[in-house]
Amino acid sequence: MSGEVSVLGLVISLLFVVLPVVLSFVHRLALARSVLGAVIRALVQLTAAGALLVFVFESDTSLLWSWVWGGGMILFAAYTVYRRAPEVPGMFFIGLRAFTFAAIVTWGVLFGFAIVEISPMTIVPLTGMMIGNSLNALVLVARAAAEGVRENRDEIEARLALGLSSVDAARPVLRRALRTGLTPQIETLRALGVVYLPGAMTGLILAGMSPFSAVRMQLVIMYMVLGATCTNVTVAGIGVIRKSFTTDHRLAPHIFR
Amino acid sequence: MREERVTSEHGLFLFDNVRVVVETKVENGPFCEKTLLDVNIRLPEKSISIVVGPSGSGKTTLLRLCNCLSVPTSGRVLFRGVPLAKLNPLHHRRQVGWVPQRMVPFPGTVRDNLLVAQPEGTDPNFAVLLERCALDPNCLDRVADALSGGELQRLVLCRALATQPEVLLLDEPTSALDPVRRDVIEHTLRTFVAEGGAGVWVTHDFAQARRMGDFLVALVEGRCVFHGAPEAFFALAGGEMESGKDLGSQAAARFLTEKNLTE
Repeated sequence: MSGEVSVLGLVISLLFVVLPVVLSFVHRLALARSVLGAVIRALVQLTAAGALLVFVFESDTSLLWSWVWGGGMILFAAYTVYRRAPEVPGMFFIGLRAFTFAAIVTWGVLFGFAIVEISPMTIVPLTGMMIGNSLNALVLVARAAAEGVRENRDEIEARLALGLSSVDAARPVLRRALRTGLTPQIETLRALGVVYLPGAMTGLILAGMSPFSAVRMQLVIMYMVLGATCTNVTVAGIGVIRKSFTTDHRLAPHIFR
Repeated sequence: MREERVTSEHGLFLFDNVRVVVETKVENGPFCEKTLLDVNIRLPEKSISIVVGPSGSGKTTLLRLCNCLSVPTSGRVLFRGVPLAKLNPLHHRRQVGWVPQRMVPFPGTVRDNLLVAQPEGTDPNFAVLLERCALDPNCLDRVADALSGGELQRLVLCRALATQPEVLLLDEPTSALDPVRRDVIEHTLRTFVAEGGAGVWVTHDFAQARRMGDFLVALVEGRCVFHGAPEAFFALAGGEMESGKDLGSQAAARFLTEKNLTE
């Protein structure tokens, strides 16, 4: 294959790392250590992931392990959004639920309609793409929803006082939050092919696939990401809004702190 | 349960040993702020109950309890004999209109604002409502955000009236109004009560309290220091303090004289 990199090639590619290290010394950024740390970390993590992939791709490995991997990614994604937005109460479980729904939608469409066949080579990378590309939007929406409720609590309470339910009272806030999260995703889709060639497609072309096959796969991925993002921001947005209210349609005490 | 409502006996709102403790986070651990302490009051039906007290004395909390935006930490609040905890808050809130202290317009026009309260409302209905609140009946297409402070105050009152409530909770509804418009709002509320409604009115304005009140509650630092006829309260404040009066009345009088000195 034309795109194959030898071990020697990988070692030589470390030359790229020399640049930021030199830059750090010249401008006294004191970043050399963290650059090297990150480089080594990436190397170790990816190699480990590669080894695991070799294991799940082996023909006598049960397909179950691929699903376990997918589930593990969802768990880790929930933990990541919790770490990135700790100020949102209940973020871990909100994230877990959102990614689970998004995975069900993704898997349902991809495999249910036989767009791709069920195999370790589709389950693991596609789930990873789905999560990796929708995670930012989820954090964005969760933050916007939580802040929106806090900032607009007078408006929300005015609506509650008119007899609106908590969901109805917070609808304008939810709407704004969802727009915030989805807009960058739509912008990305617009720029596709003009501004940049996405990673997966580049990878497939490097691996020797014909450009049109690669394009088809990439488009499927982009649409999947959009659908998954919609699902997970909606679930997360509603989750955050729900957490902001009591069951008897009052704002939860933590909103006033 | 509902058949048991004996309005005259139960009063409008009954506060039964109500205590509200709010936990606020401060740097060194949680801090408990008691906004209401052991409040026992019965607000009468078909009248205007005035609530006075210095800032931070729990007046707003008292109002918020009445429409279930806050709940007591202990004790209970009854509406016409029925504990609020047993009522559907959404239904209850449509019966009890609220004009909050911090008023916010909803996005859109004046009409959009009124439609939130009354989704099936028509322009002629709204025009009548606007006129009742001393607003121009032709202002339905104005952007609510562009209203002046006084206009907004009246729009919020209008919005509260749009659910056709039986009770109005007012948190200083005339603080941004000139005397003429204030008189209109006072007249609106008087008509509302004359037609069988009731109001709970928080105010800093003692002249207004004297003018409007059928009943008066004075709060100081979360405690009810006086409840009863306004005349009695103002008589006390007039310096007619005799020995043997209960501590609450004395505190109320002291509070009032202090307020008069400072304001």
